[in-house]
Formats: sequence, C-alpha cells, structure tokens
Amino acid sequence: MLLDPGFRLEIYRRMVRIRLFEEAIIAHHPVGHLSIGQEGAIVGACMALNEDDYVTGTHRSHGHPIGKGADLRPLMAEIFGKRTGICKGLGGSMHLTDTSKGLICESAIVGGGFPLATGAGLSAQVRGSGQVSMCFFGDGATNQGTFSESVNMAAIWKLPVIYFCENNGYAVTTPVSRSHGQPDIARRADGFGIPGVTVDGQDVEAVLAVTREAVSRARAGEGPTLIEARTYRFDEHSNRLAIPIKYREEEEIRFYRETRDPITLYRAVLAEAGLGDDLASVDAEVREAIEDCVAFAKDSPEPEMSDLWDNMYSNPIHLPGKPRP
Amino acid sequence: MNEIRNDTQRLSYLQAIIEAQREEMRRDPNVILMGEDIAVYGAQSLFEEFDASRLRNTPISENSFVGVGIGAALTGLRPIVDLTIASFCYLASDQLLNQAAKLRFMTGGQLRVPFVMRTSTFYNNRTAAQHADRPYPLFINTPGVKVIAPSCASDMKGLLKSAIRDDDPVVVFEDINLWGKKEEVPTDPDFLIPIGEAAIRRSGKDVTIVAFGGTVSHALAAAEALAVDGIEAEVIDLRTIAPMDRDAILTSVAKTGRLVIADNSHNVGSVASEIAAVVVEEGFESLRRPILRVTAPQVHIPYNGTLEKQLFVSKDRIVEAVRTLV
Repeated sequence: MLLDPGFRLEIYRRMVRIRLFEEAIIAHHPVGHLSIGQEGAIVGACMALNEDDYVTGTHRSHGHPIGKGADLRPLMAEIFGKRTGICKGLGGSMHLTDTSKGLICESAIVGGGFPLATGAGLSAQVRGSGQVSMCFFGDGATNQGTFSESVNMAAIWKLPVIYFCENNGYAVTTPVSRSHGQPDIARRADGFGIPGVTVDGQDVEAVLAVTREAVSRARAGEGPTLIEARTYRFDEHSNRLAIPIKYREEEEIRFYRETRDPITLYRAVLAEAGLGDDLASVDAEVREAIEDCVAFAKDSPEPEMSDLWDNMYSNPIHLPGKPRP
Repeated sequence: MNEIRNDTQRLSYLQAIIEAQREEMRRDPNVILMGEDIAVYGAQSLFEEFDASRLRNTPISENSFVGVGIGAALTGLRPIVDLTIASFCYLASDQLLNQAAKLRFMTGGQLRVPFVMRTSTFYNNRTAAQHADRPYPLFINTPGVKVIAPSCASDMKGLLKSAIRDDDPVVVFEDINLWGKKEEVPTDPDFLIPIGEAAIRRSGKDVTIVAFGGTVSHALAAAEALAVDGIEAEVIDLRTIAPMDRDAILTSVAKTGRLVIADNSHNVGSVASEIAAVVVEEGFESLRRPILRVTAPQVHIPYNGTLEKQLFVSKDRIVEAVRTLV
C-alpha cells in the first residue's frame, strides 16, 4: 500500500492527539476509560472513512472522535463537564459524540451501539447516500445479544456496516479466554455468512488496509464485514475503578508498553520512510493544541440548570419542574 | 395554502393505522416501516404500493430491530417500528429507555430522534401474563419519550401522523380491544391531532372521569348510565399520556370537584396515580371528595378469561366508583 506522506503524517498526528489528550486527562481531570495503547486500531479504522461516514463507539469514547478528526476544544471541555463541551457538559467522558464528524453515539451500555450503527447503515442504504457505518466495540460486547442480532440483520440486508472489534483482551478484568466459548472473535462472522478478518491492532497501516477493503465492500453493496483488531489497553479499565486484585501480569503490561506501542512502532516506520524530521514538528503542534484545549476547558463556564430542560425535546413541550429564570 | 378537505371515510382503528402510515410514506420518502411479520400481518397493502427497501420484515430480535430503527432515525430517516405486543417492549428496553430517550439530551441537543414505536396492549384476549401487559407507566416515567394512547380511529390516524412527523421518540399504544371499532375518519392527508392535547368527550358538572385508550368507551358508557340518575359526568380523553394535558384535567376538576380515573395499568405507580398526584398538588382546593382510581389490581393477568375480564376497567366499575363520590 503506497500512502501519501502527508496522509501518513495525519495518521501519526491523530494517534498522538489521542495519546496526549488522554495524558492531559490524567494530569488535569482524571476521569474515565482511556484508549492509550489502542490508538493504532482506532486511527487505522477511522482513516479509512470519509468525513460523512457514521461512527458509533463505546464508553472508551475519547479516541473515536479524535480519530475521526474532531476539534479538541469541545472534547476537552466535555471532559471537564463544561457548557462549551461537545455535549454541553451533559454527556461526559464516556460519550464524546461529535455529530459534525459523523459520530451518532458513544454508548456506555456495552453492546448498545450495535443496533444504532446497523440502523445508520440501513439509513444510508435506503437513502442511497453511499455512506458507510463504522461500529466500534470491545471484545466483551460480542457476548451481548445485540451483537448477534445486529450483525445478522446487516448480513441479511447487506447493509454498509463495518463491525470493528477493539479486542484489548479483557472485559474489565475478565480475559477473552474465560468469557468466549470460542475466543477467535473474527470467526464469529462465519455464523452470519459474512467475512471476518483479524488484524494486528498495533500496526496502524495494517488496520487501515483491512478497513479500506471492508469499506469498499460496504460501499459496493456487498454487505458488512467483521474486523477484529488485536490490541492492548495500557492503563486500567477506568481511572476511577479501584482494582483490588491483580488480573494481568506486570510482565504482560510491560511487554506491550515497551515493544507493542502503536505510536512507537509507527514512528519507526515513518523514520524509515524518511519522515523523521516531521515527527517532532507534529509532536510540538499537538502538544500546543492540547495545552490550548485544556486552558479552554478550564476557562469555560459551567452549564445552567435550565440546560437540562432545554435539551430534552426537539419540539418545545410543557415540562413540569423546570426552574423559572 | 392547502385546501382543507372535509371528506371522511369509514375506517376501523386498525385500518386508520395503516392509512396514517400510507399517507406519511407517500408524503415523505424517509418514512420507513419495520417489524416482525409485517409482510403478512398489518402492512400487506403497503407492500403493494411502496419499495421493499422501505418495508423491513425483521428477524425476531426485538432489542436490535428497535435499535436499528433508532439508529436510522438519528441518520435521516423517520422509522416506524411495529413492536407488535407491548409485553415485548421489555426486550427492547435498553434501546428505548437508554438510547432513544436519552440520545438528544446526552449529546447536548446535537441529535434528533424522529422515531415511532407502535405497540399494542394485548389484554382481554386470553393470552396470559406474558402477552397482556399495559406498560404505560414505564414510559411516562421515562423523560425524553412522548406517549400516545388513542381511543378511536380518527384520533389514531391524526395522532400517529403527528408522531411520524415529530422529531422526538414517540411510543404509540394501540389497544387491541379497539382494533375493529369503526368510525368516520377524515381523509385530508394533513389531518393531524397535536400531541399533548386532551379532548373533552362529554361535558358535565358533577364528576370528572379521566380515561385514555381502551378505557374511554367504558367511561362514556358509565356517563350515560349515570345521566339516567341525574349525575352529569365530564369525560376527558387524555389521548396523549406524556406529556400530559394537566390543564384540561385541572380545569375540569375545578368545575366538578370530583375525580375518577380509569386506567388499565396495574394500580401501583399507574398513570392514574400520576394524575391523582398532580390534582392533589395543584388542584387540592377544588376537591370536594377523595380521588378514586379504577385500575387493574396488583396481580398478574390470568389465562382464564372469566377472571381476566374482571381485572380491567369496565362501565360498571366506573359507575360504582362515581356513586361512592356523588
């Protein structure tokens, strides 16, 4: 696959934006579920999409909008719960849904996004818009009924949906080997008569390649694909969740951090391609954008109580209990 | 300006549903219909008229096909999902309660959810407890959802059409005991009944009877019987149960001072309970007598038909309640 140098640097830039965005969260407002370690899978998938393609995500929601190219200020302001946040401070860390980039849901109910992504695919098909729908989910979500139900519907109707599993090996603390009767998630595609592909999620260009193929099939009316990207979560399930018992070996975590970091691996690829000098300037630019978005978030106002009532319905109706101004 | 046509046609409640869907599918290519076995039950004539891509006969996957409809609603379509039987809504509760109801709010108003879920209350039909629920309270306790429960064919047509054009999720409760009931229904394709407005079906000064869906005809029959004895009941048909037309109820109770509420929900936490609470909080000074609720008792629905029919609202139960107040 021959990629334009500017495109490769954009891939790199988005991965670094996710990494530094989340490091800033750890430093300034430690909430939520971090994607650090999973940037290759997320960005590789997102870079195969057009801006108007749909995306649904999960409680681990920061990477998807950044991977899709969202502005950082409204995202960081949302982390801080501010009125300038992408969801006006009403959604928060598990729900960074930037609809201007095609995101329609970051569901904190595991498996909740499958039907919605499938519906977006149905909508694209009925309207003949040529859009595709990218459904991100984790390994744990494949044990929800909505996985089987939705993939089956996309298969029978040949919907333009890409089911993209960020398999980080653990559903909170439970390993795939202890929660899946057959742990090869891509093979589940066989049960629905659709293609299933496994890819190294730490190799961003490998992810891009398989996703592009799935997107082409979807746009050509050939139906959905299940992609399983094998990746790894460097941090805990959630910053806020105390884990009293060790469930991953220190050695395993060290192995991934030291030898399987998708950003380190991609830096080596780009340096090899003669783009080494550009990496530092991308790093500096992203660092500046992160400082800017943190300052913006800190300076932003809190939401008002009346915002709760004002965001309930599209058409104004009488709602009991709304405070008077 | 469109010319308003006053023509009517005689339709059953069930035919009114089909005609409302047909008219809205003609009007807007983004309206689609999904559900189990719709190709055989309920929408055959639509299959003759519309492209099959807009009519989706779904697998038995309630949570997901409801969610597929919601996902399509987020992305430019106006889906109508036929969930067939209201007791099945529990299977779809995550998509309805956690997604459809909340997505607009949780995205700070970025998303619209123009989604209609039709579902029928399948009681008085000897189907036993897993098919006979009337889960209105579940949905009126869910912010973000609008809930309609029409009592006649015209209202069904006008309200369902409003629901399809609405940008928020609307749950439509059909009452199977009304399916065959016919009346003259306006044919104007822009005949709409606004969501949130109750109708006064009968005026009276002595007692207010609030009803909706399948209880309205019993309330009217009760009012006729009471009139024989000189008791004039005012019958309010709520039509929409969320958001509720509080003004209509409070205005009527201010006049009559007495209130009986006919609701086929189970008694505890029912729609009737909510109405009673509203009137106690906001209209207490008007009340001359206690409020009475005529509801289904807090037991499950039995298979045995003789037992079953005694559990629901009837003319006699309403008359009895009114007589204890007047």
